[in-house]
Parts: sequence; C-alpha cells; structure tokens
Amino acid sequence: MDKCIACGTCAEKCPAKTTDAFNEGLAKRKAIYVPYAQAVPLKYAIDKNRCIYFQKGKCRACEKFCPTNAINFDDKEKDITLTVGSVILTAGFTPFNPDRFDNYQHAKFPNVVTSMEFERILSAGGPFGGHIHRLSDGQEPRKIAWLQCVGSRDLNRCDNEYCSSVCCMYAIKESVIAKEHLGADFEPAIFFMDMRTHGKDFEKYYERAKSQGVRFIRSRVHTITETDASGTLNLVYVTESGERVSEEFDMVVLSVGMEPAASAMEAAKTLGVELNPYHFVKTSDMTPVSTSREGIFVAGALQGPKDIPQSVVEASAAACSAGIHLASARGTLVKEKTFPAEQSVQDDAPRIGVFVCNCGINIGGIADVPAVAAYARELGNVVFTEEPLFACSQDAQEKMVEIIREQKLNRVVVAACTPRTHEPLFQETIRNAGLNAYLFEMANIRNQCTWVHSAEKEKATEKAKDLVRMAVQRANILEPIPDLSVGVNKSALIVGGGIAGMTAAISLADQGFAASIVEKSSSLGGAARDVLHTWRGENIQEHLKKLVDRVSNHPQITVFTQSEIVDASGFVGNFETRVKTGTEIHAIQHGVVIVATGGQASVTDEYLYGKHPAVTRWHDLEQNPELLTGVGSVVFIQCVGSRNDQRPYCSRICCTSSVYQAIDIKEKHPDTDVFILYRDIRTFGEREVLYKKAREKGVVFIRYSLNKKPVVTEAADGLDVRVFDPILQKELIIHADRVNLATAIEPSPNEDIAALYKLPVNAEKFFMEAHAKLRPVDFASDGLFVCGIAHYPKSIDESIAQAMAAAGRAATVLARTSIQISPLVSQVNRDLCIGCGLCTDICPFGAIIQEEVDGKGFKAKNISASCKGCGLCASSCPKKAIDMLHFRDAQILAAVCAAA
Amino acid sequence: MKQTEPKIVAFLCNWCAYAGADLAGVSRLQHPSNMRTVRVMCSGRVDPLFVVQALKSGCDGVLVAG
Repeated sequence: MDKCIACGTCAEKCPAKTTDAFNEGLAKRKAIYVPYAQAVPLKYAIDKNRCIYFQKGKCRACEKFCPTNAINFDDKEKDITLTVGSVILTAGFTPFNPDRFDNYQHAKFPNVVTSMEFERILSAGGPFGGHIHRLSDGQEPRKIAWLQCVGSRDLNRCDNEYCSSVCCMYAIKESVIAKEHLGADFEPAIFFMDMRTHGKDFEKYYERAKSQGVRFIRSRVHTITETDASGTLNLVYVTESGERVSEEFDMVVLSVGMEPAASAMEAAKTLGVELNPYHFVKTSDMTPVSTSREGIFVAGALQGPKDIPQSVVEASAAACSAGIHLASARGTLVKEKTFPAEQSVQDDAPRIGVFVCNCGINIGGIADVPAVAAYARELGNVVFTEEPLFACSQDAQEKMVEIIREQKLNRVVVAACTPRTHEPLFQETIRNAGLNAYLFEMANIRNQCTWVHSAEKEKATEKAKDLVRMAVQRANILEPIPDLSVGVNKSALIVGGGIAGMTAAISLADQGFAASIVEKSSSLGGAARDVLHTWRGENIQEHLKKLVDRVSNHPQITVFTQSEIVDASGFVGNFETRVKTGTEIHAIQHGVVIVATGGQASVTDEYLYGKHPAVTRWHDLEQNPELLTGVGSVVFIQCVGSRNDQRPYCSRICCTSSVYQAIDIKEKHPDTDVFILYRDIRTFGEREVLYKKAREKGVVFIRYSLNKKPVVTEAADGLDVRVFDPILQKELIIHADRVNLATAIEPSPNEDIAALYKLPVNAEKFFMEAHAKLRPVDFASDGLFVCGIAHYPKSIDESIAQAMAAAGRAATVLARTSIQISPLVSQVNRDLCIGCGLCTDICPFGAIIQEEVDGKGFKAKNISASCKGCGLCASSCPKKAIDMLHFRDAQILAAVCAAA
Repeated sequence: MKQTEPKIVAFLCNWCAYAGADLAGVSRLQHPSNMRTVRVMCSGRVDPLFVVQALKSGCDGVLVAG
C-alpha cells in the first residue's frame, strides 16, 4: 500500500467492471478501485470477488502496468490487536431501503429514486457529471416530487416510529440545488407531514426555498403509477381540505430515513454495549456520549438520527470523555522529531535546484518532462535539475537531501502534484538537509496541468514550463522564516455558570486543567433551574444539584458569581480577562475562553400574557401544579414569537416541551382536555415517540398558520381561544381554563462579551461558530469556543454534549505547553503606518490592534498568534505598510510577472 | 513564437478555488490550458495592483477565485 501513488493506471487497464456502490449503483467501477475521489488514504484496492485473476487465475493486468510495483496479490486480511484505554463508536447509519415496500415503487419504476441516489445524480463527481436526467429515458425532468418520511414516522409499514431529523432539510437542499441546475421553469414539490427545519438558520433556508419556487404540499402521496412508456409518473394525494388530486411528475425522490447499520449493531453487541428499542446505542441525557459500558463512548448517528453539526459536536464530546478517562496517560506515548541545525542563507546568492517529477506516467506520459527540466536549467540561478520518477518516494527523498548538500542548494523547486498534499513532505525533506522549510516552492504540473490537459501534450508542456518559471522566479526571493510558537497558560475562563458552562468547567477540571467560571447572577444553574425533566424524563434538578456541588468543591475550579467581565485582551494560550465582583477587580490569566452565556424564554405581549392570570408560559404550570387542579381544559400555543419576521428561527425545543407537558397533564388529570395549537410539530429524532404518545392519550393537535393566528379573549369564566382548523375548514372556539405559551428562546444579552472578545453574532444575536457544519463549537479565532443556548436554542442533552465538545476542543490547546503557529503571518512596517485603523477594522480574527506610540499617534500592531495569514490587511493598507510573510507583494508579483 | 491564444493569470484561494482546481485534476475534468495559477492564502490578498501588473506584463485576462 505504501508504494501506491494513486495514479489510476491500474483501474484504467483493469478489464473487469462491476457496480459502483458509492454511486448507489448508478455507475460502474473497475475491480481495482478507490471507493471515491476524496478517499483517505487515497490508495487503490482489489475487489477480490470481481477480480479476474482471483476468480479465474489469469489476468494480472494491474501488476503489469503499475509503475511503482504496488500490486500485491498475496496481501491478506490481518487481525490486529490494539491495546487501548478508551473506545469511541462512530459507525454511523444505513439509509432506509424502500425496495421492500410496494407503495413507493422504487424497485419497479426507474424514475423513482432515493434521496441518496439523487445526491449522486446532483454531484459534479457523480455518474452523470451533475447533469440531472431521468433514468428511464435520459430526459431532463421538468417536475420532481420529493416524498418525506419514507422509512420514518411510520409504524404501519416499516416499524420506524422515530423521525430521522435530517430529511426535511436535505430535501429542501436537493430541491433548491436541482432548481439551480435545471433553471427557472423547473418545478420542485415537497410532500411532507410537518416541515422540520429546527436547526440553526434552517428556517431561513426553508423560507428562501419557498420564495424561490419550491412548492410545499402537506400531504402523504398514496399511489404512484407510471402513465406512459417513457416512465412519467402519476401521483395521487389528498389535500388538507379533502380534495383528491392526481398530478404528473417526471421523477420522484424518496426522502429515506436513517436506520442503524447491521454491522454497527453487531460491533456494539461484541463490545457489550446496550442498545435502545430502536437499536441505536443507548445513552442518558446527562451523559449523552457515554454508553452503558465504562470507557466506551459513542458519537453520531449510531446513537440516534442526527445531522452533521450535532454529530461533530458529539465526536468532540466523546473525545473529551476519552480525554478525561485517559488524563493520567496524556502525552506518555509522544515522540518528538528533531532536525539538523538550519544553515544561514541570507548572504548567499540563490542556488536553485529544480526537481521535475514524472509521477510515473501521470506527468511524464503527457508533458515532455526532459524538455521542462532542460528549460528550467536555463533559468537564472538554477544550478541543478533532475527528473525523478517519483519525487515523493522514500529513495528520491533521501537522494534530494544528498543533492541539496552536495550542490549547496539554498532554494528548492519541485514541479509535481499539488502543494496542498505534498508541500509539507518536501518541506520536511529540505529541513533534513539543513534548509529552512520556507525556501521551498512547488509548481503544480500534475493536478492543474497534465491531468486536465491530457489530450493536449504540447500545450501541457508549455504550461508546465510557464509554471516552473513562475515558481523559480518566486523561489529567487523566498526567505527563511523562523518558527513561531507561543506558550500556553493551561487554564480556561468560562463565561456563564449555567449547565453548559458548568459542564465545560468540570470536563476540563477532570482532565487536570484549571477553570474559572464568571457568572452574572448570584448563583449557578442558569436556565436549567426552571426545567424539571428532560424529554426522556430524566430528573434535571437532581443532576443540577450534583453538578453545582461538584463545581463548587472542585479544587481546579474557581467560581465568580455576581461578577462581570470588564476587559479582555490577548490571544490563544495567553488571554487576560478582568472580572469585576462588587468593587473588586480580578485579573485572570488563561489560555482559552468558553462562551456559555445561555438564553431564556422571551416575554410576550401576545395572547393576553401579563394581562390575564390564566395565561402562563413554558414551565409555569409544571412548577405550580396547583394551577392544574380541577381544570377543565388547557391550551398550549406554539411558536409564540418564533418563526416570524422578528425572529425568523425555530426555537427547536418548544414542541417537545409542550408535548411532554401535555402528556404529563393527561396522566395526572385524565379528564382535563389538552389542546396544542401548532404550526409544525417538530419532535425530531426519537422525540417523535412523545408526539405519538400524546395523541394516544387524547391530546388534540390543531394546526394554525402565521396569517391566521389563534385569538385569545377573556370570557366570563376563563378564556376563549379561537383558531381556524385547516382540516375541518372551520373556526373553532375552545374554552380554556389555562393557556400556556411556548414563547421564543432568545440569547442572553451578549453584546458586551461579543465586543470584548471580538466574537461574531448572527442577526438574531446568537454567537456564530467558525463553520456551521464542521466546526460547530469553535469560533473563527483560535482559543475561543461556544456552547449551549448562546449558540442556538437546544435541549439539556444537546447543551451538555456541546459543552463537553467545547471542553474537548479547548483541551487540544491546553494539553500543550506551547503552540506552533503558522509563521506565514502579517507584518506591519511601523515607519510607514499612519494608524488609520483600516487593518484593525478589516481583520476577521482580531489579529491587528492599534497601539498608541509616544509622540507618533496610533500605529498598527500584529498579534501574530491570532493571524491566519489571509492578507486582507496587506491588500487593504493604503500606505502599503503591511506585507505577508511568504506571500509578500514582491513574491507574488515575481510569479505574476513570470506568467506572461 | 507568436502567441495565438489568451493567457489568463488566475489568483486562486488556497482553501477553496485552488483546492477545487486540484480536485478537477483528480476527477480528470479536461479544460483549456490557458490558465496560469498564482496561489494565495485568501482571494482577499489580491491587491488590485496585482491585477494591473498581470495585464501590464502581457497577460490577457485575470481570474480571481475564492
């Protein structure tokens, strides 16, 4: 495997074709293959069951053509024994297979595809290059219908009573992208039961899709038939008002749900981990990534249906749990690599060596490598050229070190694949020869040249020469750049003492890191103090009390209550925050910041709240059970202040909370009528089971829409609630003794914290993470993290998971004594700087500040530890007082001037 | 040799457009060979003067992608 360079020659020559599982069977692949273009490691493997040699004893074409002798027919499966202290299960899910059920017609009609198949059809790297067409006749579809809840929320056909959480959002995404591909007259339609766009910024996406012409139809399609030989489909459904509609579509996409993978269930069983009734790994709300077996943790859809951000959060939380479990062994297996002393090249004229890689036949088979090398040899300051077969192979690397020494090279150019994958390798090689890593430059003559111009050999050669010339001109003026590292203060400051802040603190303290919690109010606990039970029925107050006790008594944790942050400065590893308690100021040095400022249920003036004593909100009824004694009817109103123009987001947890409370009322007072007035019930994931249970117990659900909101008026002996029922097509008047409002969850006031640490917030004032999917607890600036409701409304189990994730991410900083920082940073020339402050304003990372210099006014100052090297400051500086190391104006211009 | 085809300097952001151009290679998506890439760490690094300099040096077009 080490020899494979993923050139693809073997697959090109292999005569055996088979179905490509990655492309959902819509394309063919060879018997020797990589599963997909982005696979890690990018190495070809032989599918034994399809290989002609393995099946019939003859062929070995791949072996004959492989340029690196990487084919090993004798390779065998090996059992590997690993001794570990912790295990994390992340085996994922299987998409629901609709073929078993005749009503969806997936197995029968070619134009009925699953959402997974449609993803491949949409993909530029997919079987049709991103061109959407029908499988029956290759025609572009003009109308596509998405059917939601296929394999989810369905006990009648498939036994999956839970909601798969992600399908509503992916169906909208697929319909919007399909519209981008197919143009303005394309008509997408989504057939759904409840639209569940409960994630951060999802509701806005839903609204945008509607305005872009995606049709949303609240109905379940009951019959799919083919209307003609071309494969056009007829869908029959009943609208909400009871009208039967028959409509033609060119294609149908089944939004299939998530099921646990059989192999994953098997693995869990082998490890002795308990599963829940749906065969997902069982966890508790208070320890959301711990399995039933100590030391074994779980993350992602193996624990239950969830989307990417939540899976990534859980992955970091599981890593944090393993970190706590293994704290005593941290760093014991680390070995440090050493390099020879760097030679000074400052005073020497450039002596450039150019290595033009053949990459087997990947480059050499298309571009004329000897001609490129000969051309390079003629360029100024180039004193050596070579044409290795594979520049990245172990022997070529060793030889390169010798050549650098013998030829006294002080700059190296490798013309080969791409710096994105291979620059670090070659930089290490030249460091082994005593050169600074930044005296290296790469010319991308494979990925961006021979691979994409394979039919134009001469032009590819010309381009390769140009790219080499550009690289050499740049190399001429490259300069050594010293390593940059900063020390780390191994402690955390946590803003907010709610359940998220405390969980983060305890998760760090249990790993041996000190943590300070700054809490505005007089006691710890935050919003969780108002909630009695999680949606699984676990006792929150009991957990909270234990957590407060542990936090208050932990030797590594300091708590500042009734305190506020008045000043903050510094960067990753080295922050200083000034905390004011009463009149006293504490200066706290710390390495990381975790923001857990939380949120609360908003107060409303709608529906007589605050004007009539029978109108309550959120947990008022739970906390005051006497309000329910002898009560004839209770009406819950959902989305009070959420999903409107003022707050265009879903508060995520209100549906589950009201449904949970409604069940509780029904169980304690079976004679009380309970109504829930809702817009979409968003009991996502296994919370769906509560929705079902509530209906079974007789809770009445009535949907309303934003333009026909319920009206609450005072009546002689209580309240009258008027609501238009879309199924009966009539206005109902419900006499209510209690009206309980699920008001919007809003973030705590956080402008001051955002300003002090220069943290971004979105339009609704929730903190903005670095990446909505892949970095859900990091801020864009290093050393700062977010968790809990400060990020978005979420349930207790989700807040705990996110707090542990933030602690896990913070530990990646705190575990080190110093942090290596990329030294490719901004550099201010203070003699030229006029202190205009434009760079400070424009820097997204707070990495340039303005500093007053005696008698000279303000001057810009780099905070290199926070700098990401983007260069916005350099290109914006009106005085050209800023340059970027390794990407200096002169270095970029050298390449630009050499391009023509 | 007289140049008959336009030469285009492309400033590509290391994190997106440059990675995209690499992936085009992995996927063997064939396209015209006129482009000469200059890798930058962000398309925001591209000073308008770089664009002017590219044109002054004799390039026929400039692409900034990021």
